Amino acid sequence: MSDVFFARADRLAARKVAGEVVILRADDSSLYVLNPVATAVWEAADGRTPLDAVVRDVICREFDVDLETALRDASEFLAELSAQGLLRTSDHPLPPADPALDGARA
Amino acid sequence: MQARATVVVDVGDVPVALSTGDPALAAVLQRRFHRFLTSTSASSSATGAPAFHFDISVIPDDGEEGDRDEDLQVRAEGGLWRLRRGDFRAEWDPETRRGWIHQRLSPYAADSVLRIVHTLLLSRARGFLLHASSVVRNGRAFLFTGPSGAGKTTIARLAPSDAAVLTDEISYVRRVGDRYMAYGTPFAGELSDSGEPISAPVAAVFGLAWASDPSHERLAEGAAVQMLMRNILFFAADPALIGDLLDTACDFAAAVPAFRLAFAPDARVWSTIQ
Repeated sequence: MSDVFFARADRLAARKVAGEVVILRADDSSLYVLNPVATAVWEAADGRTPLDAVVRDVICREFDVDLETALRDASEFLAELSAQGLLRTSDHPLPPADPALDGARA
Repeated sequence: MQARATVVVDVGDVPVALSTGDPALAAVLQRRFHRFLTSTSASSSATGAPAFHFDISVIPDDGEEGDRDEDLQVRAEGGLWRLRRGDFRAEWDPETRRGWIHQRLSPYAADSVLRIVHTLLLSRARGFLLHASSVVRNGRAFLFTGPSGAGKTTIARLAPSDAAVLTDEISYVRRVGDRYMAYGTPFAGELSDSGEPISAPVAAVFGLAWASDPSHERLAEGAAVQMLMRNILFFAADPALIGDLLDTACDFAAAVPAFRLAFAPDARVWSTIQ
């Protein structure tokens, strides 16, 4: 499987509240609340770290889950967040979103 | 030259001047905002010079009302804010604090412009407008939020006689020092009157739901932020602005207890609101 890189989309505001990330999209005011695993994926979305490294080094360590299950779940989250326009994905490293506007304070 | 009338509308200690050469519109505005008018003389105003000044011209009556249900467009272009809806156009410059409104002869366009101006000012001042009624009792303000039909007006009408209604539709909230204050607003539905022009520290916010058996439960901070963000008014698709709003909602949720309140239209619900 080739590496998947992912970064936060632009034109979003995101903050972490009580362990969950809340995301507000500027263009249509849509509100999203991420569960703890999706929050871990979101926080690791630096555009440089591939998904399998995030799953191995973050998800499997923070949550009591085996690698295969974690990779499947994280891939699903990534596809979902990407379909909703919250994350950008690529098979090459990506530049991060504008740090003033994305979830830098999350 | 026709004489101009200036109506200064003070909401949340922020006076906004509305000037028009149309006497009929001046009368409409005075009726609409009668509880929130302040002196037109800057030197004698308790709250100082108007924060914004709008010149209003009236679109001649051509038998069309203009569609108030049309989507409102709000755009920031070249440092100017531009608004457009079926019944009005408006523009203002946040630097000079002046603008104009070209509108039908009704109170609704100026009402909408004031809501938007206050939303933008509040976003930079740790505040927001919230779809909520607010009621002051014993010197403390209680906010009741939810979408249309959730019971905002009903619970305000059920308030005991010693309570004052700040608004039954749009609450004005701003951080002052280390606490959040709620202010009365003239932003009312078409069939209701404006609120009382007073303010009080916010004691609690309640998300409303109908139920035959009344109950309330404390919301966790994350759930409170979600409830607030679903009901805060904002008009501009501007990431920095919504980031400020999200910060304020998080700060408010950490400072003010939030509850889910299920209630039936019965005055006894007020016995549970402390």
